[in-house]
Amino acid sequence: MVNLRQLAKKEERLGPGHRMCPGCPQTMIVRLVTKATDSPVVVANATGCLEVSTTIYPFSAWRVPWIHNAFENSAATISGVEAAYKALKKKGKIDKDVKFLVFAGDGGTYDIGLQSLSGALERGHNFVYVCLDNEGYMNTGIQRSSATPFGAWTNTSQVGSILKGKQEFKKDLTSVVASHHIPYVAQASPSNVQDLFKKAKKAFETEGPAFINVLAPCVPGWKYPSEQSMEIARLAVDSCFWPLYEIENGKYTLNYDPGEKKIPIIKWLEKQKRFRHLLKPENQHIVEKLQQHVDAMWENIKRLSEN
Amino acid sequence: MVTENHDKKGWKEIPIGGIIEEAGNAERYKTGTWRSFRPVHHPEKCTNCMICWVNCPDTAIKAGDVNSPDKGLVGKNDDPNLANFGGFDYEHCKGCGICAAVCPTKAIDMHPETEFLDKEGEE
Ligand code: SF4
Ligand code: SF4
Repeated sequence: MVNLRQLAKKEERLGPGHRMCPGCPQTMIVRLVTKATDSPVVVANATGCLEVSTTIYPFSAWRVPWIHNAFENSAATISGVEAAYKALKKKGKIDKDVKFLVFAGDGGTYDIGLQSLSGALERGHNFVYVCLDNEGYMNTGIQRSSATPFGAWTNTSQVGSILKGKQEFKKDLTSVVASHHIPYVAQASPSNVQDLFKKAKKAFETEGPAFINVLAPCVPGWKYPSEQSMEIARLAVDSCFWPLYEIENGKYTLNYDPGEKKIPIIKWLEKQKRFRHLLKPENQHIVEKLQQHVDAMWENIKRLSEN
Repeated sequence: MVTENHDKKGWKEIPIGGIIEEAGNAERYKTGTWRSFRPVHHPEKCTNCMICWVNCPDTAIKAGDVNSPDKGLVGKNDDPNLANFGGFDYEHCKGCGICAAVCPTKAIDMHPETEFLDKEGEE
């Protein structure tokens, strides 16, 4: 366990003055992840909330070297930076041990940046990729992504007399990444600070690609009061909607099992206004369908973690 | 709100690619003006666990030391190797209320900013 009182003595790598929404957990995740290594870090950022809001010209909240290229290619960008570093190191022009890190949202990871990510994973670059999954295109005004959950309202998955929010299940990106057979893959949540820190540390220590998918509740997109960000994240974990697990060289480990304390999915849904139509009696079948899906995914992770 | 003037630069003076050359200069942008609720700390209930500090999205809880005037008074708070609660950075705190929500001993509560205004409506 990391002692937070010791951790607080370490330098901050993302400073204040950024314009993320009040209560947005993304910057908390960034602060924690970037403290999980003592080495210098280079950050690549895909287009998204974090990129836009931390670097509004002429300001930047970053205290480490940071690069933004485009929406779809943060993994390709960091691949180039890492390859240049390797070449310079070979020539003796750099002797530091530098870590390479990507932050991208679900838009930049699940959808637009997927081929770039897949390429970088397959080529085996030595980098850490952290997806901040807020389940939609929130920065552009709440449009659905392939990470948006089944039944959720967004501006492009409306609720009306026929359609009741998003019709498709959330893409299981963590499994897609795991299929690349990279050395380290994990799912984490800002509500479980120790677990997230441990995973970030492992990811930095990994030789080769490491990927962490972190759930990042969104105050205006999920529609809940700003002080509830960590609680909403915890309910996602306790309902097993967002299992905390890791895959080290192919071996699955379930990091947290709520056991008896597993809550029904409705307890997570009812806190967020993007799901408020699901509280109506006539939409119970949608909640049931989501519950069945969550249970099946959960049983699958448990089974994979057993051996 | 920015608290200092940014002289408009001519195009010849702007770094190529719009590079921002000063790391972390967003600190000069005072997001504290967004706040409508203010976190208030009660040292007599605080154990310096730093859970609020780790959860603050705006780096607005300071990591203090043994001399911090605001340090928690419960438990051990005189170890120089460990941080103590070091007060809020009200220039940047956006008033989200997460610190108050996660504090295990309820040592932080949120007050409307109007409580801190004098009769002229100034802070
Ligand atoms: S979370 Fe509460 S008890 Fe812990 S340091 Fe902050 S104010 Fe003190
Ligand atoms: S109210 Fe929010 S921004 Fe202000 S100190 Fe607490 S957690 Fe940080």
